[in-house]
Amino acid sequence: MLQPATIDELAGLFAEAAARGRKIELRGGGSKSSLGADRQADIVDMRSFSGIADYDPPELVLTVGAGTPLAEVERLVDNQNQMLAFDPFDHGPVLGGTSGQATIGGVIAAGVGGSGRLTAGGARDHLLGFTAVSGRGERFVGGAKVVKNVTGYDLPKLVAGSWGRLAALTEVTLKVLPRPPVVVTMAVAGLDHHAAQRAMACAMGSSAEVGAAAHLPVGPDSTALTLFRVPGFAPSVAARCAALPELLRDHGRLFALPEDEAAVCWTAIREVRPLRDAPVLWKINVAPSSGPALVDHFAPLGASWLFDWAGGLVWLGFDGNPGLVRQAAEAVGGHATLVRAPDALRNTLPMQHPRMPGVAALEARVRRAFDPAGIFETGRFLDDNDAH
Amino acid sequence: MPTPDVETLARRDDIIAALRRIVPGEGVIDDAAELRPYESDGLTIYRQPPMVVVLPETVEQVSAILRWCHAHGVKVVPRGAGTSLSGGALPLADAVLLGMSKFSRIIDISYEDRLAIVQPGVTNLAITRAVEGRGFYYAPDPSSQIACTIGGNVAENSGGVHCLKYGLTTNNVLSVELVTMEGEVLRLGGRHLDPAGLDLLGVIVGSEGLLGVVTEVTVRILPRPQAARALLIGFATVESAGQCVADVIAAGIIPAGMEMMDRPAIHAAEAFVQVGYPLDVDALLIVELDGPVAECDHLIDEVARIATAHGAVSLRVSHDDQERLAFWAGRKAAFPAVGRLAPDYYCMDGTIPRRHLPEVLRRISIMAEQHSLAVANVFHAGDGNLHPLILYDAQKPGDIQRAEDFGNDILRLCVEMGGVLTGEHGVGVEKRDLMPIMFSQTDLDHQQRVKCAFDPDLLLNPGKVFPTLHRCAEVGRMHVHGGKLPFPELPRF
Repeated sequence: MLQPATIDELAGLFAEAAARGRKIELRGGGSKSSLGADRQADIVDMRSFSGIADYDPPELVLTVGAGTPLAEVERLVDNQNQMLAFDPFDHGPVLGGTSGQATIGGVIAAGVGGSGRLTAGGARDHLLGFTAVSGRGERFVGGAKVVKNVTGYDLPKLVAGSWGRLAALTEVTLKVLPRPPVVVTMAVAGLDHHAAQRAMACAMGSSAEVGAAAHLPVGPDSTALTLFRVPGFAPSVAARCAALPELLRDHGRLFALPEDEAAVCWTAIREVRPLRDAPVLWKINVAPSSGPALVDHFAPLGASWLFDWAGGLVWLGFDGNPGLVRQAAEAVGGHATLVRAPDALRNTLPMQHPRMPGVAALEARVRRAFDPAGIFETGRFLDDNDAH
Repeated sequence: MPTPDVETLARRDDIIAALRRIVPGEGVIDDAAELRPYESDGLTIYRQPPMVVVLPETVEQVSAILRWCHAHGVKVVPRGAGTSLSGGALPLADAVLLGMSKFSRIIDISYEDRLAIVQPGVTNLAITRAVEGRGFYYAPDPSSQIACTIGGNVAENSGGVHCLKYGLTTNNVLSVELVTMEGEVLRLGGRHLDPAGLDLLGVIVGSEGLLGVVTEVTVRILPRPQAARALLIGFATVESAGQCVADVIAAGIIPAGMEMMDRPAIHAAEAFVQVGYPLDVDALLIVELDGPVAECDHLIDEVARIATAHGAVSLRVSHDDQERLAFWAGRKAAFPAVGRLAPDYYCMDGTIPRRHLPEVLRRISIMAEQHSLAVANVFHAGDGNLHPLILYDAQKPGDIQRAEDFGNDILRLCVEMGGVLTGEHGVGVEKRDLMPIMFSQTDLDHQQRVKCAFDPDLLLNPGKVFPTLHRCAEVGRMHVHGGKLPFPELPRF
């Protein structure tokens, strides 16, 4: 493992890798390294690039080294009654590892967003700017350190979720937001997946300003539980929680979930706990109204599942024919990411849903723009040859 | 702008004939008088009639036009409603102007998935009009929203007064259909969140028409907040107003809108619309809260308390929508109001870290004296986006140049303070040559290579955004000087 300590060292490494045809895998805490196929690459540990560079809470802007642990960033903003509103989470527990390894650069590079992503936007929406070293071995910046900026191309959007295939982030500037002082979770028990999706659509379309909506087909009491997170100032939360039962009266009886039970449920969703024994775990992004159709398709085949993002994110545990999953996701205009799988599957099926040829070719050209020698093309994504 | 290509101009008749084969009838405009309305956009300081205008009606026509232009090396400038404030749609003498105004259909609305699929020529406000009957709206609201189109909003990543809370265009778009310069039709994004691979949609939004032509847009729609209330707060100094803004946010409040006006802007607005703005203050804040009634009431009290603690000299709270809209009337009319003070005005658009506002305004007023021009400032105070309005007289010799010099000095100041050249209007032609203040050549090269990945022949909207467009072959090269690696002394593998 290579542990460059400065941008110059990082730049030198990449230039040399390019010149010698070597491959580079960028790594933060390694919490997501089991995603994708096995690969032969020199691992570059990015954790030297850590620490708080600038944080002025009323500006809503935080600049940190990309290798800073996510937990440390969260503690920092929490102390100022602020938060990362895209709700990033640590993949360690999802993938059977330990928690606490994830870095902020890693969650940005993987575009990780939790339940709050539904209404607050994703990593892409909260990355304002960055400093990075591209595959050309050159330091460059994208975006800026203010919350509103349209100067030049929005490169932060491009690097968020790029999985380290364009550049190594050394520093990121994030938009932070006030942490709501009160969060109450309202719930309905016993809904099937269709009824749950309709209830969530109704809630999200109402003026109750629900921040997150998810559905556990098997909740803590072994019955299905549909959850609505209501964050905000106390008088506002009280009014919205009082209004919700009436707004959702056609969908079932709503009640406030005790805080500890709610915490258990949201953690279960974040860590996909109900599916932890499934050897093959899929993350399927679809329009919320399409979520139930996927369950109709796979539940009879023995799949386990849960909904986040009001039905727009289907976590699916299914070890049957993977082609069926991709086909079903595509049929409703969505895509399926292979998050956890036995080696044989991981090494043959691309982790990301293959794109249409025109888009795949364009993505490959964009990757080459940042990484002409393909030093970041390690084979992890099984799509390295799209360019040719 | 780039020197017009003589050889292209010589082929004008052939180009027009080719376009007529693709778009029959009235869709091709080549008459000098009829080209005149297209000679500028919202930045009227620059004017240039296009070589020819084409107004396609179908994706197939857009694709065929681009394919033909690509094959024949003809440049293309896309245009929505032409309301750009940075010259993003400024025509070129040797380019086809591709107008998207006929793409004006709303294709689909899903209340269940809270989205609307529209053609790019649909106006921003028309999206809200189409969904408001069901209690929804489209959040980004640039001040030109009656006229500007969603296609233009996508190109410019348009904002508005509500974007601190609700985001810019980029945060509210789920998908686009895009035609590349080669004529290929691609779909980026979908009805879902997050792409399977690279977020190409994210870089299309705000790319100022340099990467492709958008032929369909899917936007998120939101339930209309139950209530909205506003405060109108006067301060004796810009400093105390600025401190009030910081403390509102420090208290965990993200207002739907938070606008500041300085003394000249307040006086101009009040003279124009007479809504009862206080005239004895140096700074006026409009703070709008929206959400459930209980939340608005609670936060109005909180903001009033913070404002009073910072020595507000006047404070009014709206009791109904009519009063709230009256508070806004002056701010919304600020541009035309300031426009009455001089024959012409030039609107700037930098963003600064909010904490530097008093310093920036102080230095702007010194610059105003140096350039012998008056200036009024309106400010999206929540997100630090500053709109100085420079007053000048285009008929007066040297005034245009002085206004531009003054504007450039303001933008240099914004960058010096840790801010940016443009918060919502775009770079376009206007700020193109200032890009090196904010970005190094290496930074710009990394951006330009994205352009090269989409449009290697640099035919789409050339002359915008980048101070110099290098040939893609040149900018794509990796520089290993004399076979030597950078930093050879460092230990590696």
